[in-house]
Amino acid sequence: SNVRELQTFTLPDLPYDYGALEPAISGEIMQLHHQKHHQTYITNYNKALEQLHEAMVKGDASTVVKLQGAIKFNGGGHVNHSIFWKNLTPVREGGGEPPKGSLASAIDTHFGSFESLVQKINGEGAALQGSGWVWLGLDKELKKLVVETTSNQDPLVTKGPNLVPLLGIDVWEHAYYLQYKNVRPDYLKNIWKVINWKYAGEVYEKEFP
Amino acid sequence: TLITSQFELKPPPYPLNSLEPHMSRETLEYHWGKHHRTYVENLNKQIVGTELEGMSLEDIILITYNKGDPLPAFNNAAQIWNHDFFWESMKPGGGGKPSGELLELIERDFGSYERFIADFKAAASTQFGSGWAWLAYKANRLDVGNAVNPCPSEEDKKLVVVKSPNAVNPLVWDYSEINTLSISLSHESSSQFSVICPSQNRRPDYISVFMDKLISWEAVSSRLEMAKARAIERELEEERKRREEDEDVTDDSEPVEMFLDSETEDSEVE
Repeated sequence: SNVRELQTFTLPDLPYDYGALEPAISGEIMQLHHQKHHQTYITNYNKALEQLHEAMVKGDASTVVKLQGAIKFNGGGHVNHSIFWKNLTPVREGGGEPPKGSLASAIDTHFGSFESLVQKINGEGAALQGSGWVWLGLDKELKKLVVETTSNQDPLVTKGPNLVPLLGIDVWEHAYYLQYKNVRPDYLKNIWKVINWKYAGEVYEKEFP
Repeated sequence: TLITSQFELKPPPYPLNSLEPHMSRETLEYHWGKHHRTYVENLNKQIVGTELEGMSLEDIILITYNKGDPLPAFNNAAQIWNHDFFWESMKPGGGGKPSGELLELIERDFGSYERFIADFKAAASTQFGSGWAWLAYKANRLDVGNAVNPCPSEEDKKLVVVKSPNAVNPLVWDYSEINTLSISLSHESSSQFSVICPSQNRRPDYISVFMDKLISWEAVSSRLEMAKARAIERELEEERKRREEDEDVTDDSEPVEMFLDSETEDSEVE
């Protein structure tokens, strides 16, 4: 038969220590966020995929459809957090250094200036109701940069099939509450000190060499 | 002229430290003192000078829900209502099993109290992202467009467990005023701080604590009584209206146009 071993997902290592983003993001938050929250999405994603596999083998259409919600939520949680960790880096490794090269000029073209992009992302992130993400994305088709928000753990691609995430900021309370309490705007203001624009620039250049 | 229609932040009906150790004073200071307060302040700013000013909170919620396409004030208005309701659903020394008619209804509609708890936990842990879990008494009509569960069904006049995303509450489904219990999933996590509601995987623990130590079944019972009384009142009112309309039709010497139209269509089909 052609039954393959089902692939399961595992928690990716962080490319820096939990405490390395302080004082912008506390080590305690980073540890819980990575070891507990991200791990839970992965565990539940693997569970849902296993159930999906069983349902497909059995030809159980109704269960296949029923599982979509759990797959989108937990799979999205895994995808989004995997991007998020790469979007951050300690100050001594270039965290917070503004974008350079072609991404920098694209930002100026589409948003006027880097400062106004930051302002736009802060505004939309603060206004997001409930839990979700605020993104800087690249529309491959229209060749333009966009700021988008997604609810819950919806990945950016749910806002358009041609959108590539360059930067995603988690605005769930679990991303900031221990340190910033209810003041989400302060978290957004400070996170720019540890944003890894080098990574965003690399993704951009890979799409537009 | 003086603006007198500002909403006020209603305090919980107990001191902020009195739910300890199950819900910390710090949790209430933030959840009530900051989050809840922000909803009130923002709503007041949003409605000043608009047609919503001077309306009841319930009316603002129903109008701004806008049949599922919420207007800006909806989130704040509904979250005020939800949080008021949430604080009143708890009490110091609460928890345990309900008794009397409420318990009978729970057993009738869920099979057993344990089954109800299991359903409630399942609803809470499958609400992806922020939101609320509710125990509601479902009236026998839901004629609101775009509602999640709008169809009259055999669940009518029964207790049901429902969940809702973000600020949405059963008011907008026209379960109106009849929901009996709510649990907040609207602010998540942070372990030692036990902010409000732990992340998805720890929600079942949070609900266990809520049920075992915090819930005020007295509040739930008295809401249920009011809900049933209102449902009966509303049915009588509707019955009265229907009779009046019937009388109007009989009194009217001219035939009703709608009726004629449909008859014509019917005969064409045949």
